[in-house]
Amino acid sequence: MVLTTPATIAVRVWRGGAAGVFQAFEVPRHESQTVLDVVTYIQRSLDATLAYRYACRVGMCGSCAMMVNGRARWTCRTHIDLVLQDRKDITIAPLRNLPVIRDLVTDMREFFDKWARAKGRFQGRVSRNEDFERIKPDDPDRVQVDAGIECIGCAVCYASCDVVAWNPDYLGPAALNRAWTLIKDARDAKTMARLRAVAGDAGCHSCHTHLSCTERCPKSISPTAGIAGLKRAVVSAVVGKAF
Amino acid sequence: MHVGTWAALVHRVSGILLVLFLPGHFIALGSALEGAAAFDSFLAWTEQPLVKLSEWGIVLALAAHLGGGLRVLALEFLPWRDWQKSLAAVAAAAAIAVSLAFALAL
Repeated sequence: MVLTTPATIAVRVWRGGAAGVFQAFEVPRHESQTVLDVVTYIQRSLDATLAYRYACRVGMCGSCAMMVNGRARWTCRTHIDLVLQDRKDITIAPLRNLPVIRDLVTDMREFFDKWARAKGRFQGRVSRNEDFERIKPDDPDRVQVDAGIECIGCAVCYASCDVVAWNPDYLGPAALNRAWTLIKDARDAKTMARLRAVAGDAGCHSCHTHLSCTERCPKSISPTAGIAGLKRAVVSAVVGKAF
Repeated sequence: MHVGTWAALVHRVSGILLVLFLPGHFIALGSALEGAAAFDSFLAWTEQPLVKLSEWGIVLALAAHLGGGLRVLALEFLPWRDWQKSLAAVAAAAAIAVSLAFALAL
């Protein structure tokens, strides 16, 4: 450990539900320490009543996202060095745009219900008795599916989206990105129903193209690209003409 | 705030400024219906330095709003490319260039 590194970090953590306060902790500083390491240290060594979520610790499960210094991040893959930079303290809060259950835990039901409302479930057009669909990896539609399909459902985009903050019914970047990957999937049979589901007031046309989801997505997905694609697909379906 | 949010903010604020400007613009044009003298006195009023300066502001707002609109159209109607995220810079540069050209020609 470099000698100039301070021995401890001042951490402020949200405690309580929608109404609550920030509680201050001092946490020992380590090399290669992540924000999730800091939260885990607090829960295991300082205050066992702290509620937070995590599972895989390697950026796959999407359960540990929190607001770190006001910005939504996946905490297991966010190094303390990155968020400290020119400051000595860290503020950790539950994700924005979701109801707080307790401390750092949010109620994510609405987030996932919106995936269902955007018809985010794959529906094939053939049965198991038929042969596989053959899709080339470099097929243009398949390339667009691949660009959006690595979503881990962490809700960082949802917490970063201004439109979700303004209109709580807005389906949000993750659900719309999911709908887009299914519309571009040649095997899926529910395109028209899905376009209807995403074309309403709470759907793709509400996106203001702030690009916050694209800017913040830890998996480098661009939901904005998918939402723009949905807008074009809806217009094409209405006009009856392909762009 | 990142670039995309700034672009959206500039687009929104310039739009509001243009909406506020338009009624004044129509009243000014309407004054021509009341004879040449009324319109000429208005034109004389616009020669004041402060009015000239705000004309420059309106041209800047117009160029910024136009650039912002073209940016959104490019983002939404052209097939997605990552460079489209940089369109905000292009829109801002075009707006500043247009407004500077207008300011120098004043």
